[in-house]
Amino acid sequence: MFNSIVMVKQVPDTANITGKVMKDDGTVNRAKLPAIFNHEDKEALELALQVKQKYGGTVSVITMGPPRASDMLKECFYMGADKAYLISDRKFAGSDTLATSYVLSEAIKHVGKFDFVFAGRQAIDGDTAQVGPQTAEKLNLSQVTYVEEIENIKNNVARIKRKIDGGQEVVEAQLPILLTVIKGAKEPRPFSAKKIMIYKNAKTLLDLEKMANENSLLYLDELVLEYKDKNLYIETLTTSELSNIDESRIGLHGSPTKVHKVESVVLSGGTAKKIEPTREGIGALIDELLNDHILG
Amino acid sequence: MENVTKEVWVFIEQQNGKPADVSLELLSKGRKLADRLNGVLKAIVLGYNVKNVAETTFKYGADSAILIDHIVLEKYRPLPYSRMLNKLVNENKPRIVLFGATVIGRGLAPRVASNTLSGLTADCTDLQIEDVTYLKQDYKDLLLQIRPAFGGNIIATIITPDNPVQMATVREGVMEMTLVDNPKTTKIEPIKFIEDSTDELVKIVEQYHEDNKVNLKTSSIIVAGGYGLGTKENFQLVYDLAEAVGGEVAGSRAAVDAGFVDHDRQIGQTGVTVRPKLIFSVGISGAIQHRAGMQEANKIIAINPDPEAPIFEIAHLGIVGKAEDVIPNFIDLFKHKLK
Repeated sequence: MFNSIVMVKQVPDTANITGKVMKDDGTVNRAKLPAIFNHEDKEALELALQVKQKYGGTVSVITMGPPRASDMLKECFYMGADKAYLISDRKFAGSDTLATSYVLSEAIKHVGKFDFVFAGRQAIDGDTAQVGPQTAEKLNLSQVTYVEEIENIKNNVARIKRKIDGGQEVVEAQLPILLTVIKGAKEPRPFSAKKIMIYKNAKTLLDLEKMANENSLLYLDELVLEYKDKNLYIETLTTSELSNIDESRIGLHGSPTKVHKVESVVLSGGTAKKIEPTREGIGALIDELLNDHILG
Repeated sequence: MENVTKEVWVFIEQQNGKPADVSLELLSKGRKLADRLNGVLKAIVLGYNVKNVAETTFKYGADSAILIDHIVLEKYRPLPYSRMLNKLVNENKPRIVLFGATVIGRGLAPRVASNTLSGLTADCTDLQIEDVTYLKQDYKDLLLQIRPAFGGNIIATIITPDNPVQMATVREGVMEMTLVDNPKTTKIEPIKFIEDSTDELVKIVEQYHEDNKVNLKTSSIIVAGGYGLGTKENFQLVYDLAEAVGGEVAGSRAAVDAGFVDHDRQIGQTGVTVRPKLIFSVGISGAIQHRAGMQEANKIIAINPDPEAPIFEIAHLGIVGKAEDVIPNFIDLFKHKLK
């Protein structure tokens, strides 16, 4: 039996950006972008679910993000996660990787005992690959990055295959451990239709607050209990629940890295010498390359 | 900020007693940064029987080397390495610490940043030192950490104004490696490794290295293909052209993500930076992160059906046309003319 916590992130679809998405303070206006489940995180969840299938245990997912990240948490349920946590508070906004890893490490302590912490290697919006190792450091955990496969787990030691520069490595890691998973490790399973029918109704605290505000016959406390009973409650963690958090270490002001300058990249076609795509044009080009001893 | 040091540190990654190219490149860059600060450049060498690695660093500009030599450090493992580096950085507060953005550097640098509460910027494509005014406050000699961000739509300059230690990672090939003409008399400062019960939490049981590692950096001719080729079958045209002209095959990130070509052939900010004599850019739109990895090529020939593609902005020669039409003609004519 192994308990896993998977750190997941909803990311802007950076491959499909349109319009002005940068705010004046240099941070990203995520509200303007289509949001998707970061793929490597999804593969990390798949690995965690396979550990559960093989050895038993539980899989909890946590994410730090705006309320709409609950859509991704529902997708985690559709794949088979047991429990989901949304870490969301305006005070977290603008956090860099250091501040984010601090919040995540406090949230993981709040969630409780675990054998594995999983994460994708990196998220496509920053590609930094920093939050996993930074969180491991804060939790005093060892780590295995670039994980491709968990071969087996025996006597609390996981045998893990990982990528290294120019090759591969097999390590034996004593649990508990933090793993970051790379693309291509395991194709995430499709959503279960049965689970969609159940968990599409899952609600965060913010959803329930909204319901209570809109209908005077509903009381928030009762709603929370009701959804917890039905196992449809997405635990919502704010600075109130994570009361150990030092607020000087979160958000924009708690982040050591600052965006000093942002230049938009204006791309336009342009200044190259044009070669006609004809045999004559290409032939002349080859002559030029041969004459200049660049080819041949 | 008061009492900051003028030390620039470069973490030297090594394997079997050979320093990684990226570490030597960072020493060359670190030399310039240290000169700009009127400071010193230190190489940080961890490993087993690696005194020769420490000595090598002087040829690339290091003023001194900190050497931690112990059998536990023979192969990189996160905990013993990060534990020793955390201690060194906390005790000495170097002004700048640079790591290669390799699998090792990307695992190690964040741990050290997390422990020492330092700012860290990944995959910088340029590093400069300048006085900065940020939120109406003046800062002297800050490290500007410059990188494309957000799908290449912006170039961001990141600073860590209020921290004594500024950290960054840089990909292999981004900075140029320069040998120092007359290395100064230099010193190696040995630091004792302190064993810890956590050292053996992760054990390496097997390790493989592929011998025929693609080396795009040393190829004088490169043929790079992009997502615009549409299919893996069509990407074969890139291989055909590379074979005809004696070049190495490469791809854009989108082509790698689509599975057209392996990741170790990726050019760009999150891949390799190349400076070949000639590069063919086929079906590549020319996003800023890609350009960061190839714009210093001596000659760039772009083949793209879209006349507005940004690749034409940096290409020296542009062929507006489909790869399916242009490449077979090119190969045919080239073979004919060579005879």
